[in-house]
Parts: sequence; C-alpha cells; structure tokens
Amino acid sequence: MLTATLVLTLMGLILGGLLGLASRAFASNDDNPLVKEVESMLPGSQCGQCGLPGCGPAAEAIVNGTAAVTCCPPGGRALAESLAKKLDIDISTLGAAAVPQLAVINAEQCTGCTRCYKACPTDAIVGASKQLHSVISAACTGCSQCVAACPEDCISLQAETLSLTTWHWHKPEAA
Amino acid sequence: MFAPRLFGSGKIRGGVHPDGRKDATSDRPILTNLPLPSRLYVPLNQHSGDDALPLVRPGDRVLKGQLIGKASGRVSASIHAPTSGTVLAIEAVTMPHPSGLPAMAVIIEPDGDDRWIEIPTPPDPFSLDPDVLASKVEEAGVVGMGGAIFPAAIKLRQGRRFEIQTLIINGSECEPFLTTDDRLMQERADEIVEGTRLIRKIIEAYRAVIAIEDNKPAAIAAIQAAANKVGAIEVMVVPAHYPMGSAKQLIQAVTGLEVPAGKRSNDIGVLVHNVATAWAIQQALVYGKPLLSRVTTVAGACVAQPQNVEVLFGTPIEHVFKVCGGLTGVPARLLMGGPMMGQILPSLDVPIIKGSSGVLALSKAEVNAHTSSPCIRCARCVDACPMGLVPLEMARNSRADKLDAAQEFGLRDCILCGSCAYVCPSHIPLVQYFEYAKGELADRRSSQQKQEYTKGLIDARKERLEQERLAKEAAKAAKEAAKAAKDAARAAAKAEKEAAQAKTQHPESTTTSPADNCVREEQP
Repeated sequence: MLTATLVLTLMGLILGGLLGLASRAFASNDDNPLVKEVESMLPGSQCGQCGLPGCGPAAEAIVNGTAAVTCCPPGGRALAESLAKKLDIDISTLGAAAVPQLAVINAEQCTGCTRCYKACPTDAIVGASKQLHSVISAACTGCSQCVAACPEDCISLQAETLSLTTWHWHKPEAA
Repeated sequence: MFAPRLFGSGKIRGGVHPDGRKDATSDRPILTNLPLPSRLYVPLNQHSGDDALPLVRPGDRVLKGQLIGKASGRVSASIHAPTSGTVLAIEAVTMPHPSGLPAMAVIIEPDGDDRWIEIPTPPDPFSLDPDVLASKVEEAGVVGMGGAIFPAAIKLRQGRRFEIQTLIINGSECEPFLTTDDRLMQERADEIVEGTRLIRKIIEAYRAVIAIEDNKPAAIAAIQAAANKVGAIEVMVVPAHYPMGSAKQLIQAVTGLEVPAGKRSNDIGVLVHNVATAWAIQQALVYGKPLLSRVTTVAGACVAQPQNVEVLFGTPIEHVFKVCGGLTGVPARLLMGGPMMGQILPSLDVPIIKGSSGVLALSKAEVNAHTSSPCIRCARCVDACPMGLVPLEMARNSRADKLDAAQEFGLRDCILCGSCAYVCPSHIPLVQYFEYAKGELADRRSSQQKQEYTKGLIDARKERLEQERLAKEAAKAAKEAAKAAKDAARAAAKAEKEAAQAKTQHPESTTTSPADNCVREEQP
C-alpha cells in the first residue's frame, strides 16, 4: 500500500514537472497581436450583442473575417470605421452599422428586486431594494444583461431617441 | 513670402453681396409692449449647452423676472419668467428647430398684471470687481444674441484669462432682411455704449471698437454721438459685405488679424460680442434686470406690417405675426434668423427664444427654389468662401461619406455661412452637405466618448468587485482569528478554573499546579 502510494506520487510529481518545463520551453507565440489590438478597441462590456460570447472572441472573429466590423451595436458607426481603417477594409463597402440600443425599465412592472443592477457591467442602473430602478442612459451600452437578469421581464432595449443636440441634417438627395 | 496683412482695412476674403432687403423694417421704430399671448412656452434650453433645471411646479404663481430655470452643468444659462402668471405645466413642446423635435419648456399662463419681482437697486457697476460683474451677467441669463447663443458670462470669464487687446462690439448685421441690431443701435445707442464700457471693464481690454456696416448710416450716427459723450470707444465703419457679421471675418476687417484654424479669437487677443448682447449686459448690470425679451425682426413678403418688435421669450411666433398684421398668404418658407444662415421652422406653433434675431415668412418668389444639377467644377464656391476652403471638394467627400477627406479640405473650419451655395450655378445644397458631415462627425465623437466612458466604468466596477472580495476575505480571516482567540481564551479560562478546583481539593499544595505536584512526587 505504502509503496504504491509513493510510486504514484513520485510519478505524478516527475511527469507534472516535465509537462511544466515543456510548456515553458516549447511555448508557442502564435497569438495574433492584431486580435489583442482589436479587442482593446471593442467596448469590453462582454455584452454578446454581436452573437459571440464576448469581446475577446468577437475580436478574433473580426480579425479572421468571420464577423463584420459593423457587428458591434454599442460601438456604432465610429467603431466600425476605426476597425475598417485598422484592418484595411474599404469604408464605402461597410453598409449600415448596427444601431446602439439602450435599456428601458417599465416603471409599472419593476418590483425593485435589484437583480438588474447587479448584472449591469457598467453600473448604469441605479436603485435600491423595493425601490424603482432606473437606467442612466449615458452609461448604458445596451448589452442586454439586465434584460436576461430581470425576473419581471420589464426591461426592453430601444434605439436611442433623437434630441435637439443629437439630430442633424440628413444627406441631400444626390443631384 | 508674407501675405499682405489686411490691417484694419475693412476687407475680408471671399464673401458675397446678397440683396439687403432691409428697407421694409429699418426705418420703423421697435414696437414694444406687445399684447400678451394667452400662453408663454419658455424652453429650458435657449442657449448652447445643458438644459436649465426647472425651479417651479405646475400651479405655482410666478412674478416677472423670477428665476424659473437654474443653469446646470458646465455650459448653461438661467431662465426667468418673462411675465407674471401661473405655471400650467412643464412639458415637451415643439422647438424652433428644423427637426421639429420637442424639448422641455415651462408653460406660463400670464395674469395680465405683468408684475415684476422685487429687484434691489444694484450698486454702481463701475465700482464693482470684474468677477462680480461676470457673475451678475450669469445670474441674468444673458447669452450671445447674435445667433451663437453661447452663455455670455462664460465668454467674459474666458476673456479674463487672456490678454484681450481689442473688444469688438458687432453691429455689422450682414444677413439680409434683419434690422434688429440696426434699430437697437438707432434707438438705444447710449445703453449699448454703456454696455460696451462694462464689457471692456470686465475683460480689461485695451481697445473697444463698435463695428457697423456702411449700409446703416442712421445707426452709425447714433452710436457715434453716444460714443463721443463718453470717449475711448471707437466706432468703425466696415463695408457691407456678407458674412461681415461672422466673428472671424469681423476680426479680420477690424484688426487685420486672422484667427488660426482650430483656435479661438481669445488666442489672438480679441473678443467679439453682439450689440444686442452689450445691451442685455447693460440692463443686467445697471438695472439688475434679467434677460426676458429681445428685439426681433418680423419680415418677409407674407407679413402684412414688417417691423421690429420687442418680444417676450416663449411667445409663439403665430402671435408675433398677428401683432404685425398677420400673414397675407401661405408662406413658402418660415425662417428663424436670416435667409442665409437661418433655420427652417417646422410650424407657427414654436416660441421665440433668446437667439431669435428674426422671424421671416418668405413668399415663393423670395425662396427662389431650384433643383440642383451636377457640379461643373467652376470653383466659384472657392472664390466665395470667406474661410479660404474648398467647398466643392468638401461636398464631394461628404456625399461619399469620406468624412476624413472632407475635413482635410476644411470642413472643421467651415462657418456654414452659405456663401458657396449662394453663388453655386448648379444650385447644389452645399451647406446641407456640410451640416450632414459635421453632424455625422459629432455623432462619431460622442459615441467614441461614450465608449471610453463606459470602458472606464467597467474597469471601475471590476476593481470595486475585487476590493469587495478582498474585504470579504479579510473579514472572514479576522472572524476566524477572533474565533481562535476566543477559543484560546476559553481554554485558558477552563484551565484556570480546573487549577482553582485542584487547589480546593488539595489544600496542601499552595501555589503549584497539579502537574508540578506530580513532578515533585516523582522526585526521590
């Protein structure tokens, strides 16, 4: 019994040590630095609105060309253009960027359960236990994590409404 | 090597000479004390910057001049009740803006008494500190009345941080149809000159110049007479040449200096205020009166009696037209401001605000609409551009959404004066292209800013969660340590108790423990 235990422990230690050494000695550096760069440009809220599980996988997909540079709704048109520039994609081929969305709480249904603001990655929801919660739209990235967290199903995502400061003239009809 | 400097020669680059059409209103006195409308719709944002915070509730009684909206944020301006009455509601109403979008406004039902709130007699403003004067201008809610609607106090404070050589009071009023500054100078010259002296005192400028275009002889005479009474205020006549009233062009005409691209007039030691702003500042500092009304030109072929009127803010423009004899036909276009840079109005149900220099009801003949045709690259727009830009290339790139290229051709420096569109033989809506491109760029800047802001929030949250976790662990460790200490103390107490018991059972052993006894017993 004792011998068997000792032998197995020894084997484990030696093999583990060898594996550790090998991983150091033969470490591969094939991480694309571009992926890191693209990831740092993305919003980083891991919202998953692009359909991928977070900003890291999204960056990889964008670099590999499996996702469009316009796939990020919180980043909007500005991000799409800076990504296109970084990846040397012609801006005129982009098409419409995903429109940024904002979370809106239906005040009649909110029970003040505090789950949504605990889920919010940007602290964009304020409230207290059994008090009406409310979204600070300036901080909301439209990541929809609160929508999933809400047991009352009272949070929805809506496109930002235009105000006098955000409205601007549309492009004239081409001559 | 050196470009010839236009030192105060009154010349500007480019520009156009549109038909003035000022005769209909320039000889008629300003109509004051208008009948009150049944409702006043006083917007909480009549300035560039953030909304004022409402200080009243529906049902409140307000007096004329009472503060109803407090400036909030870095750039904002206060709003006062234009007359006495009852607050009916604070709700969104359609704004005098081409979008036709609503914004929050205080709706007041006038009681007809027009009763002022008590205003203490202010001390002589010339005996006060410049910073105190700037604060008083801020309290009065004065904004730039020439059209920029930038809060005047902020501009004055900015001016104090720079060495201002020349203060220019802008009386050039180059927009066709508009005569509000002209009439103001003719009728209130002494107040404007006093306002000029006060602004000069606040910013400590070396020189103060009131610049007036040569098509306003009556205003020039009135201001000259008023300035002669006090001295040290220069009156300069500049040629009538659109866009002379734009700050950068006027600076060039008066001083010969050009504001470098991306810089402000402060950087070259010049500050420009409109004559109407000078008047409003004088009213605020000498009489303590907040800004409640303005003189606005009501003109256009569809207005029965075109004239200048002094209107309370919040008055619907329909009421203003009614005072001027009503509309003679269906206007082809409603404008707030002049025909070159004014904004198209969505309807007659919008209020007069602090920046309303004029309301125009133009007939079809005056609008002169054309369908545009392709650019023939004649470069007339390049000659007309007062900023020395290349409008045809800016428009071409804006149309293709190549906004960076459009910026390289000068989009950022474009003042949207419309000179290029005025001369374009193809009638291309150049300004609309620039408005579109500037708006898109602003959108991108704001989404970039939001992204940076939310990134910061995400990092802050992560850090906070980490700290919370560490604090929890520390608390747990402390609790465990406390428990261990308690256990140890309990064990010690138990041991002591046992020792005491042992002592009572073995009275012969006095100070030693049972263990000691054992040891001793083992000794031979």
